[in-house]
Amino acid sequence: MQSFTFSRFANRFKPSQKLFSNKLFTAVNMVVLGIESSCDETSIAILDNGKILSNKIYTQKEHTAFGGVVPEIASREHIKKIDRLYRNALEESGKTISDIELIAVTDRPGLAGALLVGISFASGLHTATGIPTIGVNHLEGHIASVMLENDVPFPLITLVVSGGHSSIYRINGFGEYEILGQTIDDAAGEAFDKVGKMIGFQYPAGRSIEECAKLHTGSELIDFPIGKVREHAGYNFSFSGLKTSVKYYAQKLSPEELEIQKPLICHSFQQAIIKAILNNLKDAVRDTGIANIAMVGGVACNGTIRDALKATFGESVWFPSPILCTDNAAMIAKAGLEAWNSGDRRFPSMQPTADISRKEFRK
Amino acid sequence: MKRLETFSREETQILGRKLAHILCPGDVVILTGDLGSGKTELVRGFMHELDPNAIVRSPSFSLVNSYPTARFTVNHFDFYRLSAAEELFEVGYDEYLSTDAICFIEWGEMFPEAIPGNCYRMIFTEASENHRVIETDLPL
Repeated sequence: MQSFTFSRFANRFKPSQKLFSNKLFTAVNMVVLGIESSCDETSIAILDNGKILSNKIYTQKEHTAFGGVVPEIASREHIKKIDRLYRNALEESGKTISDIELIAVTDRPGLAGALLVGISFASGLHTATGIPTIGVNHLEGHIASVMLENDVPFPLITLVVSGGHSSIYRINGFGEYEILGQTIDDAAGEAFDKVGKMIGFQYPAGRSIEECAKLHTGSELIDFPIGKVREHAGYNFSFSGLKTSVKYYAQKLSPEELEIQKPLICHSFQQAIIKAILNNLKDAVRDTGIANIAMVGGVACNGTIRDALKATFGESVWFPSPILCTDNAAMIAKAGLEAWNSGDRRFPSMQPTADISRKEFRK
Repeated sequence: MKRLETFSREETQILGRKLAHILCPGDVVILTGDLGSGKTELVRGFMHELDPNAIVRSPSFSLVNSYPTARFTVNHFDFYRLSAAEELFEVGYDEYLSTDAICFIEWGEMFPEAIPGNCYRMIFTEASENHRVIETDLPL
């Protein structure tokens, strides 16, 4: 991996960061600009006192403003969109750049080229304005997403499930994380997308599978296997075997049979995912004695999975609103604000690592 | 092209472990085959030989996973969800390639123009549920 560092900038701006830090350390009420560009989504958000004033995400809805629809991954062209999003976010929030007191930007983990756009944009703003700037781990952002709307209690068991991640963390307080388990092969969101493609849905297929599963009536269930992970300690997931068994099941059907059985397959697949999640969460709750659970990340948009968690854990489970489950800058701003208030002053520097343990994370 | 056969996940991994003693820094291997045909399983075996604690996840979403090891860095790419080669270059693909890392590229055949000329190929075909036929120009 090529290393991209901003150490030169970091040194150069250290004095100004310190100057600001004394004044702002006690100031909880800050206006924060969040920037996210680690993967597919480009997003800019503005928070005031922890409240979302604007959370612009480059999605289909925004396409009209840019003229026409672009292919899904062309949305990687963060560089062409970030400035426009920034202007739109400022306009919507009613703030100007001089109101901003902290810039928070995702600087790890992610694709080098994608991260670089957000970090460069943040560095540019920082150079021009001197506003303190902090680097945020994308996963820490997802964890913070549930804190935007809820006063969640700690310690907390947090399940991060998206296209790229399926992990369980124990969170003792903001910034104090311990990984309890993770996927050893495919992420849950990825299993949704790939199974969807096998049975004829468009990629990404999470929503289509959920909708199709709702059409299933009756108690019939295909017994797709849930991977048990023995090689590594912890509450780990394995979704690769599930993907393959759905594939072989679907291959044995004629196109007409597949069409008829689609709701049953979607339902059974979704139930297998839910079972894997619940098994691991129940074990984690039993072993740690922590009853409070949060579920964040793109897969947390899935209403059926939400309902299953609510049915199992009752009132002690928290979710962000669906818009905050996908990659967005509001959660990055929130994580940056919390980190800043806890005394952290890490200037953005690119790291491909996904590790969010405090030692590694707050270097 | 040489023709190899494996009859379980574990056997495909063993093939990957053997590869760890064959590949040199800078080598690129294109892995071709349908979903679930064993491409990631091969990389898992390869990484296990280099670092038994490494957890190899699918790079479909992240596009690339990098594993720095004592001997060399391994970059594991997946072009599965890309729709054009330009997207690769926008995320710094050529910079990943221009190092001494060993690169595995799943679905590399989707963008022949993005593949270096002197790379190795492995083509996975599913003969039955556990039986895989692997054709390769690697000296395995």
